[in-house]
Amino acid sequence: MSIEDYRSEAISTTSVGTAASGTEPLMSVSGLQMHFPVRRGVLHRTVGTVKAVDGVDLTVHPGETLGLVGESGCGKSTTGRMLTRLGEPTGGSIVFEGRDITHMSQGQLRPLRRDIQMVFQDPQSSLNPRHTIGTIVGAPFAIQGVEPPGGRKKAVQDLLSLVGLSPEHYNRYPHEFSGGQRQRIGIARALALKPKLLVADEPVSALDVSIQAQVVNLFEDIQAELGLAYVFIAHDLSVVRHISDRVAVMYLGKIMEIAPRDDLYGTPRHPYTQALLSAVPLPDPDRKGEEASRERILLQGDVPSPLNPPSGCRFRTRCWKAQDICAAQEPPLMQIGGVRPTGVEHKVACHFPD
Amino acid sequence: MTTTPEEVLSPEPTSVELGLESVEKPRSMFRRGWEVFAENKLALAALVFLVAFILLCYLGPMFYHGNGTQSDMEAVTLPPGAGHPLGTDENGADVLAQFFKGGQLSLNVGVLGGVISAVIGTLYGAISGYFGGWLDAVMMRVIDALMSIPLIFLLIYLGMIWGHDATLMIWVIGLTGWVGITRLIRGESMVIKVRDYVAAARMMGGSGPHIIRKHILPNTIGTTIVNTTFSIAGSIFYLSTLSFIGLGLESPHADLGGMLNDGTQFVDQGYWWMIYPAAIAIILVILAFNVIGDALRDAFETRLQKR
Repeated sequence: MSIEDYRSEAISTTSVGTAASGTEPLMSVSGLQMHFPVRRGVLHRTVGTVKAVDGVDLTVHPGETLGLVGESGCGKSTTGRMLTRLGEPTGGSIVFEGRDITHMSQGQLRPLRRDIQMVFQDPQSSLNPRHTIGTIVGAPFAIQGVEPPGGRKKAVQDLLSLVGLSPEHYNRYPHEFSGGQRQRIGIARALALKPKLLVADEPVSALDVSIQAQVVNLFEDIQAELGLAYVFIAHDLSVVRHISDRVAVMYLGKIMEIAPRDDLYGTPRHPYTQALLSAVPLPDPDRKGEEASRERILLQGDVPSPLNPPSGCRFRTRCWKAQDICAAQEPPLMQIGGVRPTGVEHKVACHFPD
Repeated sequence: MTTTPEEVLSPEPTSVELGLESVEKPRSMFRRGWEVFAENKLALAALVFLVAFILLCYLGPMFYHGNGTQSDMEAVTLPPGAGHPLGTDENGADVLAQFFKGGQLSLNVGVLGGVISAVIGTLYGAISGYFGGWLDAVMMRVIDALMSIPLIFLLIYLGMIWGHDATLMIWVIGLTGWVGITRLIRGESMVIKVRDYVAAARMMGGSGPHIIRKHILPNTIGTTIVNTTFSIAGSIFYLSTLSFIGLGLESPHADLGGMLNDGTQFVDQGYWWMIYPAAIAIILVILAFNVIGDALRDAFETRLQKR
């Protein structure tokens, strides 16, 4: 099977899937929670819960890229791990193509693993140092018992070409590759089973900036060719802006704002989003004056502990707009600025959005 | 952004980013390990000694046909001399012939017992560490229970039922000596199971046994090999001790420890040839295994390896 065959086949399967489901989301998540109990003492009594993810709602449509941004510790990686069911949520639901996968066992999930795949953050630890590239990229076929047309070796070599590596690398070991190349290997492995959804958990944050651009472009090229959907988790706002169709901003286990990319970056409504965006430097020496005069919102204090999040709105302890109602009532994630079709809504969780 | 220390320190050719073949042929882990090992001259000496000792014990009887089992009342307790390079014992049997046989027995029981305990310990530890939770708790309590059985009583008891023979000794030593390795492998297993490549394997639908076989065990190979070496040394030591106190192998099919047991009955008479050859061999063989184990531990330590 040549790369062209691979492409056409992948595209045809995707388009069939899209046509059948219409505007139905590929994955819809509601009220997703991950609470870790904190146990102490001889009796292992539960003395508290870390609310790493505490009520996340989102949808992913076929073929789109949803960016998920937030500070470290805001629960975005935990969310990613639940979407791929590496972790089992303690609450809420995940529906993939009409099937509730929230509490499926690992055995039940096995066939689904072909449709949902993941790219990991650390290219050092995501490849087994004792396996060759051929074994690593071919592992999905071996585990799922798939015999691709033309044989596994051929399929693996096609995947390697697809991600911009040489098929000659088949018998080499991970330590012979640079970080960017290793990340490409991880991407090839995730693509082997032609997934419909790829969750990428900070796939470029461990890479050099020059390499980041190459890998982000690779993600875009692959999407253009294979038509799969991405959930792209990152803390780098520029990277997310570059790749996403829609962006969700997380803070302390909840989504603060979710909107199409240009809306979110152009007219951020949530104070937290505004603060985040104001912190992004302009990497353009010609606009030095603009950079200096630009108003920067400096947030006071630290992110509160997820063990004991603030009442009402989570962001109120650091928000310059906070009123009494913010402590009393948690603002729901609501559509603002007029009715819009599904998939392009601008939703904000704030009592006083701009 | 997380950057591991290795990333910072390793001189990776990031400029050679795409599609370019690396110039140098990469050396395998074992190759790089051997380079570190070979730098340790003491370990090389130990390895040479051990190979020589093994050849001596197994090939010696082909060239030296001494009578190690039959009694010969004409020639009891002869000092080393012509015809009997290491003298004879109280029954007139040849000590050098006994030494070859005893060395073989010590090595056989030591290596097989050591390997059995390493295999059990590694599998047990990998399973316990990978699955964690209640299974781990139960498996660890079983170990605690095993450790609270006084071994000496168990051995006396088993000896009464089955008698003392080499096969029994292999199993007794193999089935009781794996606890230390288990704890080490369990620890490594717990470290490896949180690596992303294990998550990736689960992501593809890999089962627990699959992950243990393909990911956990291959990555504990260093610890396993090193501790097998220590375990062999321990087994030889253990067998010698048992035989010395009369719970192991007895004359005329004694191991080195059993020969020592025989010899020490005549310590007052000054029959040193019945004591020193066996005693020195035991010490040196165990020392050699331990030195090699130490060197292997260094060899598998990636920090010390040249890239």
